[in-house]
Amino acid sequence: MAASAQRLVPAPVPAPARITRLPMRTRLAMLLRMLAIQGAWNYETLLGNGIGFSLEPALRLLPGGVHTPRFKEAMARQSKYFNAHPYLAAVAVGALARAELDDEPAERIERFRTALAGPLGSVGDRLVWAGWLPFCSLLALGVFGLGGGHVAVLATFLGVYNAGHLALRAWGLQVGWTHGLRVAQALGNPVLRRGPQVIAPLAAFAVGFGVPLAMLRIIGPGRTLLGVVLVAAALGALLIVRLHGRVEGWRLALGVLAILVLISVGGAG
Amino acid sequence: MTEALFPLALLGALLGLDTVSFPQAMLSRPLVAATLGGAMAGSPMDGLLIGAALELIALETLPFGASRYPEWGSASMVGGALFASAHAQPAGSSALAIIAALATAWIGGWTMVKLRQLNARWAAQSQPALDAGARGAVIGLQLKCMTADLVRGFLLTIAALIVFAPLTEASLALWSLDARTSRAVAVAVATSVAAGAAWKLFHGSTPAKWTFVAGLGAGLTMMVTR
Repeated sequence: MAASAQRLVPAPVPAPARITRLPMRTRLAMLLRMLAIQGAWNYETLLGNGIGFSLEPALRLLPGGVHTPRFKEAMARQSKYFNAHPYLAAVAVGALARAELDDEPAERIERFRTALAGPLGSVGDRLVWAGWLPFCSLLALGVFGLGGGHVAVLATFLGVYNAGHLALRAWGLQVGWTHGLRVAQALGNPVLRRGPQVIAPLAAFAVGFGVPLAMLRIIGPGRTLLGVVLVAAALGALLIVRLHGRVEGWRLALGVLAILVLISVGGAG
Repeated sequence: MTEALFPLALLGALLGLDTVSFPQAMLSRPLVAATLGGAMAGSPMDGLLIGAALELIALETLPFGASRYPEWGSASMVGGALFASAHAQPAGSSALAIIAALATAWIGGWTMVKLRQLNARWAAQSQPALDAGARGAVIGLQLKCMTADLVRGFLLTIAALIVFAPLTEASLALWSLDARTSRAVAVAVATSVAAGAAWKLFHGSTPAKWTFVAGLGAGLTMMVTR
């Protein structure tokens, strides 16, 4: 009797083993897809579809694979509105992959998504767009001003910039995956917290050093007008600063150069 | 220029794609894109020269968040290729190449806005499938939007070259100012924008102000002694 009752009770299903490490292939697929994270950027869902696109290789590791309700629910959840700096979105992708594979409750994941978006945007903007990019650009302009050829200038710019860019994406994925929903503490990392404060003075030095040298090299045979160019550039810069917020400098540049063309071409007649 | 139109447009498409969609490795920055355009037209150094001037101007428009900014990738490639093609006529060619690049960047920025609106429409059409968690819908939408961006860059580049190549040639034939003055104006304008951009980026940071002064001192000393 006891033996037959034992036969009727189904054997307990062992819980699926928790994934503690992302397989290298999955990690590489996610990194590659993150390079296209803004591919479907739009004014409604912003990065949302890109997050789902980048997470998909990790979600395939869910028990049962891609044809299960759990996979579909996760894909639907992760492809909704999201905003972040495209490079630092890697932190979110790593953390969300961990949360989904750890089977965290859906409401908790959605709350986490909402909370994470703002900080990843502002930190990334200050660190990359306002710091690292101008620094690398001006470093390369400095190399150009010092007489560097096209290979040296491009290698300096692309090499230095992308070393930081790719390292940031790889670090973001790793730190997100490691900390999961507790990733907020990783945003206190010294690189993110103090990075903009360190890069800004370096970039400012590069502006002061690189711009005059680049200017000199572009002028080329017209160096006799150097003094006039310097004064004109200083006055132009003052005007742009005074007009800050009302008109962009590049539009003014287009206008001034168009007038130059009209004078020169009209003067021929 | 006509025989190189297709390869140039293809390069412009790839550089336009880099601006936002893939891989954002800054191949689309003027320094790189104009040099590649110059190389395609036979003179990478000419491309680099115009790329440096455009890079000074582009420092002002960094791709913050959802802000609207000029599309420098395809545009700088056009500027680099035009300047490299006209290097035998130094008077005016730099100013004209910069104008062509700035105008293309302006239109390119507008096309990016339109593309993002189109992406939103496609996303809305795919919403039922996205809500159902269909992986094909997510991947398909991503690839469709990226392909559209590639096509956008291709068409923009080809249109810019078709318009600006003959216009540059015609303007150069009538150009009356000497090469020195023309280039000096172009450089002064680019430097003004760069200096204004530097102020915008760093005026809030006291250490940055001091390092800027130190850098400027070093730069000007190098400039005078070279």
